[in-house]
Parts: sequence; structure tokens; C-alpha cells
Amino acid sequence: MNFEFTEEQLMIQQAARDYAQRELIKDVLERDATATFPTHHVKALAELGFMGMMVSPDYDGTGLDAVSYVLAMEELSKIDASVSVIVSVNNSLVCYGLEKFGNETQKNKYLKPLARGEKIGAFLLSEPEAGSDATSQRTTAEDKGDYYLVNGTKNWITNANSASTYIVITQTNAAKKHKGITALIVEKDSPGITLGPHEDKMGMRSSDTHSVMFNDVKVPKENRIGEEGFGFTFAMKVLEGGRIGIASQALGLASGALERATAYAKERKAFGTVIANHQAIAFKLADMAVKVENARNLCLKAAWLKDQGKPYGIASAMAKQYAADIAMEVTTEAVQIHGGYGYVKEYHVERLMREAKLTQIYEGTSEVQKIIISREQLK
Amino acid sequence: MKILVLIGNVPDTTTKIKFNADKTAFDAAGVQWIINPWDELALTRAMELKEAPGSKVESVTVANVGRQETEATLRKALAIGADKAIRVDADARDAFYVASQLAKVCQGFDLIFAGVEASDYNGAAVGGMLAELLGMQSVSAVSGLQAEEGFVRITREIEGGSQTLTAATPLMAIVQKGIAKEPRIPAMRGIMMARSKPLEVLSPVDTETRVSFASFDLPPAKAACKKFSEEQAKELIHALRDEAKVL
Amino acid sequence: MSVLIYIDNTDGKFKKAGFEAVSYGVALAAQAGSEAVAVSLGNVAEAELLKLGNYGVSKVLSSTDERFASMDNQAAAKALAFAAAKVGAEIVVLAHNNLGKAIAPRLAVKLQAGLVSNATGLPLNLSPFTVNKNVFTGKAIGHAVVHTAVKVLTLSYNSYGVVEKPVSVNIEAFDAGLGDADFGLKVEQTQKVTGKILLSEAEIVVAGGRGMKGPENWGGIEELAEILGAGTACSRPVSDEGWRSHGEHVGQTGKIIAPNLYFALGISGAIQHLGGVSGSKVIVAVNKDPDAPIFEAADYGIVGDVMKVLPQFIEAAKELKA
Repeated sequence: MNFEFTEEQLMIQQAARDYAQRELIKDVLERDATATFPTHHVKALAELGFMGMMVSPDYDGTGLDAVSYVLAMEELSKIDASVSVIVSVNNSLVCYGLEKFGNETQKNKYLKPLARGEKIGAFLLSEPEAGSDATSQRTTAEDKGDYYLVNGTKNWITNANSASTYIVITQTNAAKKHKGITALIVEKDSPGITLGPHEDKMGMRSSDTHSVMFNDVKVPKENRIGEEGFGFTFAMKVLEGGRIGIASQALGLASGALERATAYAKERKAFGTVIANHQAIAFKLADMAVKVENARNLCLKAAWLKDQGKPYGIASAMAKQYAADIAMEVTTEAVQIHGGYGYVKEYHVERLMREAKLTQIYEGTSEVQKIIISREQLK
Repeated sequence: MKILVLIGNVPDTTTKIKFNADKTAFDAAGVQWIINPWDELALTRAMELKEAPGSKVESVTVANVGRQETEATLRKALAIGADKAIRVDADARDAFYVASQLAKVCQGFDLIFAGVEASDYNGAAVGGMLAELLGMQSVSAVSGLQAEEGFVRITREIEGGSQTLTAATPLMAIVQKGIAKEPRIPAMRGIMMARSKPLEVLSPVDTETRVSFASFDLPPAKAACKKFSEEQAKELIHALRDEAKVL
Repeated sequence: MSVLIYIDNTDGKFKKAGFEAVSYGVALAAQAGSEAVAVSLGNVAEAELLKLGNYGVSKVLSSTDERFASMDNQAAAKALAFAAAKVGAEIVVLAHNNLGKAIAPRLAVKLQAGLVSNATGLPLNLSPFTVNKNVFTGKAIGHAVVHTAVKVLTLSYNSYGVVEKPVSVNIEAFDAGLGDADFGLKVEQTQKVTGKILLSEAEIVVAGGRGMKGPENWGGIEELAEILGAGTACSRPVSDEGWRSHGEHVGQTGKIIAPNLYFALGISGAIQHLGGVSGSKVIVAVNKDPDAPIFEAADYGIVGDVMKVLPQFIEAAKELKA
């Protein structure tokens, strides 16, 4: 066992912290209020190498390990989960999926600009009637010889408008149910793609979320990832890694809220002393600290397993479920510790609380994670 | 043009300062170490000069005097983009000691950057002493620097204004805020490459200690703040005149 | 044996930091039982040199070489080393300002002297020579011991004060024998901030922080500063946002100031900010957050809206000055 980080990992953590605390903080409240996409931050983070962190340098990525990714995601998410979800989707869903399962041509054409962060990717799985239950896909891809004709609607798509490259999970053979599911790379500006309105979300308001409608969209066959019918396995494998990203995001929301609550408790006075000296507050902070530490350890364990090439699907499900649930608890307590100040936007914790809610919902709800965990437990 | 940037390893600027029990030394327990803020700005400017189109800068080297634990700071400088690091393996005893060590390794540089002071002991001395030991021209309070052919154009702060001037190289530029807009955040790729860049460790030369610290104190605690209400603002001004006698 | 005090000039005029260095040097010479000698470099008229007598120094060395106007550290250090040798200086005192800071380390090397920069008072002890200095940017005080025979000190601004003690002055011209090669700097242009009180010299400083909401609200700060004859300053976020110039940023990484009176308006008082202003004699804080750390450092404070308080300050200041 070794709980020490390497010097590089610490430097990456510091770089992410510096960027978040120096740059993201400047306009995070305004972007939250106006639901503005952080174009300039995505560009700057791309230049620093955050958009393709784990992609091999052969494909223009940075070639970092998943542990570094957890550290970076936590730091970005302490300040701005809208930005970190853009980073997470690009890294652990789109880039990872292409690098792991794409062919050489696809990697050269699509992965490289994504890893450089010049383009952004989106992962289109959820549908109006298939969210966390990924088996019941209704978006169809009909074999037309040298291309597929895609029809259907995808929902809740992060980066839908800002992305150039979509990975779309489609049904190519409905009779085969989940064995008839196929993953396709679709360029966003393909004719026949239209976006629904910008979703007016409770939190993560600076990331762009839309539904995406496909109406007779032609997708060349060379854009299929793996064989026909591989799409379900593909999606499940990609989501295993995606859970590490969202778990670390939830961790960052919780640890960011804990940092703010701790600082506030040491400053704010009530009944003649700082409120940190009241046991009711001090014990709250202790409970929050334990939860954050547990979540961090679960995230790092899942990342470590991934880095070791060991199975990590259950570990990442545990990390995601636990981190998301405690993020909700810890951010709520942080608002409580702040009292009235916690309820106004200037103090950030109400935003962290709104954002934490989404981590329990997207990329597999907490309940879906429990299905995964319990199936393993009961098998 | 070869640039050298002197790098100090100092406690993070948010550190709460504590000393050991007999108050003879700084208590470094739990302290996070950073590149001295002015040195970090100097390094950022050095990198800008190197990366500018048509740049004549061949290399940027960083150097410090410190024990092995200061290497993380040097490697951060390498991650930011420096090509090479030099560490003189000794405790930084006083400014003259540090300058004397560096004088040994500072041969062959056209431009040396030093921060105006270190945020720990506020000596404001290493750059000037080193320049004197090297017989090199120095300019202090530098807030802007452009490299030209064979000379540099400098903006420096003077009492009551600023001044642009030119000076021939080799030159020691002792820099302060303004020399670069913001310290650079190292890119991931730079971080991954840092360990493969050369970091040379040298033995110190014998040098006398000219100044030491017998002990340290924390500033005396201030009396409690005297509070006035929003409506009593004028009375506060009166108190400044009648009580504090500063108006 | 003597204490040599370097007094720098701007366009032939001495400033408060220099008079303070002279006052300090005179007291130091008295403590050490030696003679205080002031030294001036550059074109300074006799009338100006005679002013130094007001602060107790009776001997002034003056080199009126105009080339010193370029404020060349190397040349100045050489000239001061020459003067130090001439009077057998045991201690050399400089103000801890831009020029003093630049010259002192070079001079210390020339004189094989130990250097204490940012000294904050007279020596606690002459043997071993021990003097207090600011460390950790005002967050602590170090008792520095100098082990060399000759010592160089730079004096932290406003730490000793200007002490009037009129004596008659004997001016002695000297030539340090510098060649043109000693003056390597070529000044192209000098920009002076005119009509404004210099932050480094200001007895009173009025500073605004993020709580001022925007650059459009600085009118009140400037008005108060003008009435009080104060300098204006700002916190780091304000200069980072570009509301005010970097030259106004006071704090650990900006300017370090020590006025008699410091107004922190809408400044929360992060530890880095306090590091730059903790030498102020009296701090007044106005902030709407009762828990802002600035109130820990402040002597007088108002928890409230700076926009409501500032006009009252201005009115009261006007009445006071009327």
C-alpha cells in the first residue's frame, strides 16, 4: 500500500487548483446566472492539456493516469462543476471510447483534435424513454449499404451544441435488443441533425444541454465503432470510466463546500465566539470531512485499479454512488453552516448544492449504481 | 541569449507564520512550499521572451541554493518551461552565502533574473550581491523588459514614476510586479517532461555567514478594533483626530 | 569611525524617507559613540543639502556629478564605497526604497559587510550587533545579528520617523573618481506621476477593494484622499480586474506600505493584503461583512455599506480641514 502521490500528480493537482481558483472563480457566478458556455475556459484548459488528459501522446493527448485525472477533476469541480463536466465528458466518455475501441483511421481523424481540445465531443446515449436504462434504445440506424440512416431523439446531451463530434448509441437490429445496439461517430454538422432548446437547468448552468433530433442523418459505415451489435458493451465499458469522472466531480463539489464551510465557521461569530467553537458546527464539519475523505478514497481506488489494468467497474460504481450522495449531503450542510449567507449566490455553496444534485442523476443515477453494486454482491 | 532565473523556495503566501519553541527558527511543519512569487513572474517573463517570434533566447536555466526537498520547486520551474535546473546543495544561510554559491554557477549567462525579494526573509539582496560578485550591471525595480540585439530595454519603477532605459548585456534584472501579467500555470505536458530535463546538483563552496537570526517574534497583538455604526462615520473621523491623533 | 547615511534625491530634492534615514543614522551614531555623516550623490543645490542639518547631521559629503541622475546602481555603490572608506564608516544606512534597496547589496559586497535590509529600529545591541527587521512580509520580526566589522542597513519606511534636531552643516565636496564606463544605463524616458501623493511617501493612504463594486465608484476614494492629502491604493483583485493600475496594488506581492493612517474600504483583508499594510500605524476598516479579517487588523472599524460611509467620511474630513 502506498498513499503518497507522485510529484507529477501533485503538480497536476496544483495546476488544476491554480486555474480554478485564479480563472474559473472570476466568472463562475455570472455564467451560472446567464447560463453561458465557458468557451474561453475550454480553450485555456485545452492549452494546458486538460481536455485529453488520459489519451496517449501518440494521439495528441497528455498520457496521464486516472489518479491524476481524479485530482484534477476534484480541483476544477470545487469551483465550477459546469466546466468540469465538459472536461469529464470529453475525457472519459468520448476520448476514452475512441482510444479504446476506435480504429486507427477514426483515432487519427476524430480522437486527435478532441485530445488537443480543439474540438469537443458529446456522448449521446440517453433518450426520452431510455435514460439510466440503456438497453431500450429507440434511435435507429438503418443499414443502407455504405452508410447508416439514423433517426430518433437523444436527450440531456451535455456539450450538445458546443461539440463537433458525437458518439451516438443507436439500435441497428431491434430484434436483438441490447445485442443489436451499435455505436457511431457522427459529425454534428451532418444534415438532418437539429437541436432542441437549451435546457434551463437547476445547476451546471454554464454547460450546454440539449436534446438532439436525428432525421434521416447519413453516417458513413467507416464511422461505426467496432462491429454491429458492439454498441451496448461499448457504452457500458465507457460508462465504467465515466463514473470515475463524475465521482471525482461529486467529490470536488463536496470538498469545495467543506472548504468554504470550514473557512466560514472559523470567521463567523455567534454568541461571542466563532461558530467553529460550537460543537454543533464542529461535529457537522467532522462528519463532512469523513464523508469527503471516504469519497476521495473510493475515487482514487477506482482510478488506481484502472491504471493497474484491473477491473474497476464495481469500484467506479461505488465511488460514483457514494460521492454523489455525500456531495448532496455535504453541500446541504455547508449551506446550513452558512445560515442565511448560504442561501445567497455570492457565497457559492447554494450553487454547489444545486450542482451536487445532478451528480446523483446523470451518467447513471445513484439507484442504477446500486443495481450494479448489488448484482455483484449477490452473484 | 542565455537566461538564468534565480528561484527561491518559500512558504506559500497564505501560510500562518509560526516558529519553534525557543523562537530561533521558522516552523516548517505542514507548510506548502512555492516558487517565490517574484521569481515565478521572472520565470514567466523569461519564457515569454524565449517563445516570442524571432526570439534570440537559446535557453532558460533556473538555479537555487537549497537541500533536496527544494527540488520540487525547481521541477515546477522546469514544468513551466525552463530547460535546465541547477541546485547548489546547501542551506540558504544568508543572502551573501546564497549569492556566493550562485556566483560559481552563473557563468556565461547574458541575462539573469532575480526577484526583488523573497517573501520569507525579505532580504532583497541576492540579486544585487550576485551582480556585484560577477561584476555585472544590475537594474532594480524592473517592471518590464524587452530583449533587443545585444542590449535590453527596461522599464523600472522609480520614486514617483517610472523610467525606460537601455542597458548592455550581460545584465542582472531585479524584477517586481508587472514584469509579467500573471505567473504561468504549467501545462500537463510540461509537468510530464519536467523529470526528464537536466537538474544538476553542485556542492557548495565555503563561505562565511555574515548575518544570522538570533530569534524571531510575532508582531504584538493589536488591540481590539473600535467599532462605529454606519451612522457614526463622522465620529470615527473625529476619533482619528482626537484620540489616535493621526489627522 | 562613523555612521554614513546615504540620502537619495529626486531631481535634486530630498524626500521624507531620506530625512528619516538621517534621523535614524544620527541616533545610531549617538548610540555607537561615533560621528554621523550624510552623503549625497548627484546634482543637489547647497540649500537643499543644508536642510539635512535640521535632522542632526553636521557633516555632509556631496558629489554633484550629474551622471548620478541615471540612478545607476553600480556607479552609486562604487561612489558610496569610496565615501565609506573616506570617513571610515562602520555602519552605512540607506532608506529601504527603490534606490536604497538596489544599491545596498552591491555596497555590502564591496565593503565586505553584512546587510540587514528592512531594519525597523535602532540596534538592540551593538555587540553582537543585533537589529530588528521585518520578515515574512511584516508577519514576523527577526532579530538579525551581523557578524562583520562593517554593517549596511536599509531602514524600513516610517519605522523610525523623522526627528528634527537642528545643527549647523559643513558640506564637503568629493569626487569618487568614476569614469563614463561606470555609468552603463542609458535613460530614454522618465514618466512622473504628477499631482498625486506617492504611495511610498504618503502619510495617509485611502485604499479600495472589491467591495467598491466597480471602478466607477472610485470618485469618493479620490476625493477623500485629496482632502486628506493622502495617496490612493487598492487591493489585488481590484488591480487584477483592471479597475485600478498595478502601481496602486498594496499587499504582499504589490507595494508594501507603512503610512500613519490607512483606510481599507471594502477590503476583506486577506492575509496577503495584511502583509503589505501591517506596518500602518492606524488602520480604519469599512466592510459590510462583520467577520471580514480586516477587522482583526483594524484599529477603527465600521460594519456597513462603504457607499453610505464614504460620503460621511468626506464630509467630516472637509469640516476638519475647513
